[in-house]
Amino acid sequence: MRVIDYQEIVDAVAKLCMEGNFDLGQDVLNALHRGYETEASAPGKDILNQLIKNAEIARNEQVPMCQDCGVAVVFVEMGQDLTLSGGYINDAITDGVIKGYAEGYLRKSMCDPFTRKNTGNNAPPIIHTQIVPGENLKITVAPKGGGSENMSAIAMLPPSAGIEGAKQFIIERVRQAGPNPCPPIVVGVGIGGNFETCALLAKKALLRDIGEPSPIKEVAEIEEDLLKRINNLGIGPGGLGGRITALGVAVEVYPCHIASFPVAVNINCHAARHKSIVL
Amino acid sequence: MTVHHLTTPLTDADLANLKIGDQVLLSGVVYTGRDAAHKRLVDLVNQGKELPIDLEGHVIYYVGPAPAKPGQVIGSAGPTTSYRMDAYAPTLIEQKGLKGMIGKGSRNDQVKEAMVKHKAVYFGATGGAGALLAKCIKSAEVIAYPELGPEAVRKLVVEDLPLTVINDIYGGDLYEEGVKKYRIE
Ligand code: SF4
Repeated sequence: MRVIDYQEIVDAVAKLCMEGNFDLGQDVLNALHRGYETEASAPGKDILNQLIKNAEIARNEQVPMCQDCGVAVVFVEMGQDLTLSGGYINDAITDGVIKGYAEGYLRKSMCDPFTRKNTGNNAPPIIHTQIVPGENLKITVAPKGGGSENMSAIAMLPPSAGIEGAKQFIIERVRQAGPNPCPPIVVGVGIGGNFETCALLAKKALLRDIGEPSPIKEVAEIEEDLLKRINNLGIGPGGLGGRITALGVAVEVYPCHIASFPVAVNINCHAARHKSIVL
Repeated sequence: MTVHHLTTPLTDADLANLKIGDQVLLSGVVYTGRDAAHKRLVDLVNQGKELPIDLEGHVIYYVGPAPAKPGQVIGSAGPTTSYRMDAYAPTLIEQKGLKGMIGKGSRNDQVKEAMVKHKAVYFGATGGAGALLAKCIKSAEVIAYPELGPEAVRKLVVEDLPLTVINDIYGGDLYEEGVKKYRIE
């Protein structure tokens, strides 16, 4: 059985928190450049240009691309033949988040839900763990902004709504969100599962690189149709009106109960951050 | 696109020239405030007490900046979503002479009505461009509620902060107009 050291995880998570906030993924940057080429509205083009410049500054100067450095959402895939020395894995991840947000001068945004008092160190993170075969440890840190998260929604639709009903729910949600979630957005969709799994599917969909379609043909077609119809909404970059409302749509699916048809939409902004490491 | 160079405090004459879609490069003092600070400010107004800042003719930027790195004036500082301040903004416009708000996202009807009635404007800054926008901030000083951390009220001095007029004093709304232009049914 392989043994991994507590501190190794702390340091890896800290680094992912900083890199995630400083270094916008190449897939998102490429999508912003493509958007700049196709955007028909002049103010929309100007916004995309600002976002490209902003990403360059963040990367070159190692500063967060957005002041909202997010809730630290951490996905863990832990090999079942792996064990940890020196402590509990969730504590190591939490310590890593605290370290990364302190050393990276990242904004701390976690607070008590009632008193609204800031916890002061961006802990606790939100950790999703999966046990997988093997002896590797894959950690993904996806800092998630509040503005776009607030525009997310879930619906327990009747199965009779069909795929068109699901699409309408998703598009309507994006329409209502309008300029709030910092368009151009990335749309993560979960279809199926149950209440909590559906929401998690939508979140996981946001980890997929932009422009990479679902490997399932029917699902890839849904993604394509949704992207087209969302861009037809006319919201545009910054919500000022334009063609590029979304950079990408990713849909994840899972079987569900015969009585259910859950659909979740998790909206991400153009600061679509996620970095992974395999230890 | 019309570009206006404006310096705070803003006068009614400044505002009369602004139309939705216009670009503004704003300089001068701007105060920061978001959820928690707004609640405190409006509580003070309702209790008839003095505010820690004079808002007459002034502009509030809805932002909770990232901490400054050594050598930086301020960390990344882009706008936060404005609707969360909608419950408080009309009071500050009507009773304290607030003339401008900087944020991102739509405002509700009460805020829009207060802007028309008492002559105030809503500016959009590019959401998510926090590293870029921070370059326009020349100084930053916490002047109230330091215990709120990123939500403390700061006095910023800005130079040519790039903004777009979203709501003008004539009742225009760029978000509505812009979307109408590009929507495909
Ligand atoms: S929605 Fe995203 S880009 Fe916009 S302020 Fe929040 S984290 Fe930043």
